[in-house]
Amino acid sequence: MRRIAGLLLLAAGPVLVLGVLFVLPVTGMVAEGFLVDGRLAPGAVLDVLARPRVHRVAWFTVWTSSVATLLAVVLGLPAAYALHRLALPGRTAVRAALLVPFVLPTVVVGVAFRQLLGEGGPLGSLGLDGTPVAIICGLVFFNVAVVVRTVGAAWESLDPRPGQAAAALGASPWQVLRTVTLPALRPAIVGSASIVFLFCATAFGIVLTLGGVRYSSVETEIYLLTTTIFDLQAAAALSVLQIVVVVGLLALAARLRATPDPTAQRVVAPVRAVRRSDAAVVAATLLVLGAMLLPILTLVLGSLSVGDGWGLANYRALTTAGDDQALLVPVTTALLTSLRTAVDATWMALLVGVVVSVIVTRRSHSVAERRVRSTLDGFFMLPLGVSAVTLGFGFLITLDQPPLDLRDSPLLVPMAQALVALPLVVRTLTPVLGSIDDRQRQAAASLGASAWRTLLTVDLPVAWKPVLAASGFAFAASLGEFGATSFLARDDSPTLPVVIFRLIGHPGEMNYGMALAASVVLAVATAVVVLAVERLRVPGLGAF
Amino acid sequence: MTLALTDVTVRYGDTAAVDDVSLELEPGQVLAVLGPSGCGKSTLLRAVAGLEPLSAGAIAWDGADLAGVPTHKRGFALMFQDGQLFGHLSVARNVAYALRIRRTPSARVAARVRELLALVGLRGYGDRLPGTLSGGERQRVALARALAVEPRLILLDEPLSALDATLRERLAGDLRSILHDAGTTALLVTHDHEEAFALADRLAVMRAGRVVQAGAIDEVWREPVDEDTALFLGYARVLREDAAARVLSAAGLPPAYAVALRRSALVVDPAGAVRATVESARVTPEQVRLVVVADGIGEVDAVAPLGSRLSPGDAVALHVDVTRLAVLPITAEG
Amino acid sequence: MKHVRVRAALTATTSVLLLSSCSLVGGGGSTATESSPSRDVPGETSTGGGTVVLTTHESFHLPKKLVRAFEAETGYTLEVRAAGDAGTLATKLSLTADNPIADAAFGVDNTFASRPLDEGAFAEVSTTATPPEEYALAEGGDRLVPVDSASVCVNVDTAWFDAEGLEPPQTLEDLTDPAYADLMVTPGASTSSPGMAFFLATVAAFGDDWQDYWTDLLGNGAKVVDGWEDAYYGDFTAGSDSGTRPIVVSYDSSPAFTVSGGESTTAALLDTCFRQVEYAGVLEGADNPEGAAALVDWMLGDEVQSALPESMYVFPVMPGATIPDDWAEFAPQPTDPWEVSPEEIAQNREQWLTEWTDVVSR
Repeated sequence: MRRIAGLLLLAAGPVLVLGVLFVLPVTGMVAEGFLVDGRLAPGAVLDVLARPRVHRVAWFTVWTSSVATLLAVVLGLPAAYALHRLALPGRTAVRAALLVPFVLPTVVVGVAFRQLLGEGGPLGSLGLDGTPVAIICGLVFFNVAVVVRTVGAAWESLDPRPGQAAAALGASPWQVLRTVTLPALRPAIVGSASIVFLFCATAFGIVLTLGGVRYSSVETEIYLLTTTIFDLQAAAALSVLQIVVVVGLLALAARLRATPDPTAQRVVAPVRAVRRSDAAVVAATLLVLGAMLLPILTLVLGSLSVGDGWGLANYRALTTAGDDQALLVPVTTALLTSLRTAVDATWMALLVGVVVSVIVTRRSHSVAERRVRSTLDGFFMLPLGVSAVTLGFGFLITLDQPPLDLRDSPLLVPMAQALVALPLVVRTLTPVLGSIDDRQRQAAASLGASAWRTLLTVDLPVAWKPVLAASGFAFAASLGEFGATSFLARDDSPTLPVVIFRLIGHPGEMNYGMALAASVVLAVATAVVVLAVERLRVPGLGAF
Repeated sequence: MTLALTDVTVRYGDTAAVDDVSLELEPGQVLAVLGPSGCGKSTLLRAVAGLEPLSAGAIAWDGADLAGVPTHKRGFALMFQDGQLFGHLSVARNVAYALRIRRTPSARVAARVRELLALVGLRGYGDRLPGTLSGGERQRVALARALAVEPRLILLDEPLSALDATLRERLAGDLRSILHDAGTTALLVTHDHEEAFALADRLAVMRAGRVVQAGAIDEVWREPVDEDTALFLGYARVLREDAAARVLSAAGLPPAYAVALRRSALVVDPAGAVRATVESARVTPEQVRLVVVADGIGEVDAVAPLGSRLSPGDAVALHVDVTRLAVLPITAEG
Repeated sequence: MKHVRVRAALTATTSVLLLSSCSLVGGGGSTATESSPSRDVPGETSTGGGTVVLTTHESFHLPKKLVRAFEAETGYTLEVRAAGDAGTLATKLSLTADNPIADAAFGVDNTFASRPLDEGAFAEVSTTATPPEEYALAEGGDRLVPVDSASVCVNVDTAWFDAEGLEPPQTLEDLTDPAYADLMVTPGASTSSPGMAFFLATVAAFGDDWQDYWTDLLGNGAKVVDGWEDAYYGDFTAGSDSGTRPIVVSYDSSPAFTVSGGESTTAALLDTCFRQVEYAGVLEGADNPEGAAALVDWMLGDEVQSALPESMYVFPVMPGATIPDDWAEFAPQPTDPWEVSPEEIAQNREQWLTEWTDVVSR
């Protein structure tokens, strides 16, 4: 009992943060729909769920997200292997580059995809524009990086010897993968797949831009119901449906994830030279890379196109406020704001994320304790699965009284971004922390190390690389975050995606070019920061 | 059915972990590669398994070069120091792993698993998970798993060193009889000469990437090639020059530059030719172990039968047991 | 030794990030600190001082110079919170009617006006200048003051039509003519504000028969995309090199942005327009109602009115305001746009959108 109390005490901080920043606003917004003249009227809300349109929307969301998740995993696994286990030239740069799609504003990606797939585009003959296939392509484009990073981090610290033992027993590389490696990677794969699914199921811009008006997902429907139609009951019904489905999914994922064997030895396997037998994996990686590069290339070309020729005019314009003074601040200033906000969001997400990861991965001593831990684990994934629209409006109507009057706080943007980045941090760290043999901690404790010292000397040496990976990830997620940010950002300090959105939303040839140039700058900035974070891993490698 | 290593070299950057090693292994034999940790013996084993690419030389089976053959097609089972059982599979599934890979019918698999578990003394353990087994049980499962498809060669990486002394002794006996009964050819690497003696027919001593001595186990044991090898094989001391000559003459042997002595090479015997003074005495279950200072020889080890009442300062006479010493083929320059 | 290196690496990470971005807790930029005087100081009544908070949509923008002049003139500090689209703004204002998020609001348009008005979000306001009657709301005219207008019209790529030797369409009916098959693209009514405006134009023009019109329009190959950007920069021949459609739903001001060689290559069809008017107002329960009223007054002043075209791509409502030359020359405004009252829109929006979505996804 005392252990559980201690556990809850440790968890109190993160739970409180999430309670205030997430549970309270979402509850408040959902209540708007359930309360009619101050009285609870759930009947009307539940009637909404019987509408055929709601069924159509829900089914569309589930099937496109499932297919996109599956594809992201299938495409991401070979890349995760090649980029984390093989000594491919330039793999660090490629790893950083793969995060680029993740941060691009959806508006921009939407335009790039449509230039590619549209009637006049190079792939226009495929007739994919405005089809679910285009939506799924877009979702995969955004989310492959999640799989590559989460699974790659786990793969990197996976003991290669069981696989070698299997090979010596006659298992072909494919059989080793299927029977030994994938089971060992299961926590990471299931973890990243559930994140990707949540990202897909709550995708907003991509579904709108690539699906045209024909296809609605639960998320776009909530947006439409809330802002255009102002049918808060229906919006609340869909929000509740979304939460129920997400909770169910997370419970399923937790069961599938299963705890990794903590007695398995962790080694940091050195990357090995590429052999001829790796051809298939390398080819698959290049294919993924190529598919990722195509829309980005479209963007880069667009940003360099000036009038009838090519040039850097769009980039030179970034230090100005744009054609016809379209912007309050130059793009360069917005970039600084973005970086600053992302730094804040990253440390917030790391702070909470590390505590949460430590809590959920410690060995449980009773069934009740294990339940508490796994509930907490799922709880911190929730922000990904709930409509940003519901959350955003919830902020406005619940956090409006002292001491929680956060509506005007400049902290709100980084906090909202940290909320989005938190699950990424947790899912990257838990597979690794969970695989540390508890006896090592006990050994440290028996040698006189305090709990804090144990964390520093046992957990950190194993986890610091994934921590770095997670921070790069969180940073990128924050840099690219648009949904919540556009809702909350203040006009005098917009972030880069907000500025890009503004540029693209107005006529003027120059503004469109600038938007593309700014997107390229955002992409490059992300890649550079992620690369810098990854570079810091190199001196550490010498220690092993 | 011969494994032949010819001039095998494995380099990591500038350093050669395995340097120009040539060895042969006849069918049914167990060869132990013995060497201190870091001598390259594990790398050699991994190279045979196909897990390390060769920088030079060749590994051949039955005359056929294995260079292009990947690990899983070599038919060599590898057993790691700590077993490397698959944690997510039950004991039975672990043992059956190679059989399932080969799509053996499930009835045959079940029968073979039962047979193998019985062979390693783990009847009824099929449904347990590796995490619930002791270290010795895990090694037995690993052995059963390696033997399941009757590999043409089994590669053992310090199979017993993770175990405690009594368990090691018992499992060593079991392992030897299992290997011999199955007629399995095996290549074993270890840093522990006891483990090597317990399991192997032939011995190769490796140091700094090179094989310094190879041969039948008793040959190597009787004639270590140099001082370091002698010490590594369990000889307690190496005497040189006059001291060596004195011991050899007491044993009735011709003089030599150096001689290696086991701890029990000098035995307390009133009729012995060597005079000595006891420095210390320690009783063990089998004999009394002494350290003495012998006239003209210096400090050496000796043993006395149980029940001898000796204490430091006592004068004793020592007899030299010729089966417990080895003349080293080295000279002053070597 | 390992953990020493780990710690060194972590320290390095942290310092690199801190150095590169100068993390401020809260991430506020240098501009944020300027507007630090709190508006929540108790006892501080708004007598020509303090902060005025303006909430608006993300397209809001006015030159800094003007804002500084306003602040110098009135003694107020202006704090702008611009986020979300017009629908988001209207929802925000409606939901926070009891506890307003600002002192004044700008950007509620005639398609969304009735919702926040019904929720009682706006207080009565009187202004020094009086905008022309034609822009005033029939209901709520005492609370919402018109500031700018932009008409959504079908635009055509005249250069394309010239090159093809085809006469461009003129009216809404023309758009269903087989001669213009597969040539049109429009943003969706459910996903885009100009899309909604165009839809309202068809409702005003065809009344209850609008469904038949849309069936014909789609039957003639009209393409419906998500947003205005997609239509204009993705499919419109004059907006993108890869565009294939020379007819697009855009604004009356759009032709002013396609001028090349002293001539616009596009034109707005003035018989197809729906006029969106954007309003400003003082929020009920504002901390600084005087400041808010001064702000609304300022937005009707000549400086702001004349800055609107270049800043927000809209026409000023005040007759005396200056309009850029390109606008005057290439962007004539419709004289008699189609109209649907805000009340009617509010009552029917959901049903219309549901039916429209059914027609479009049929």
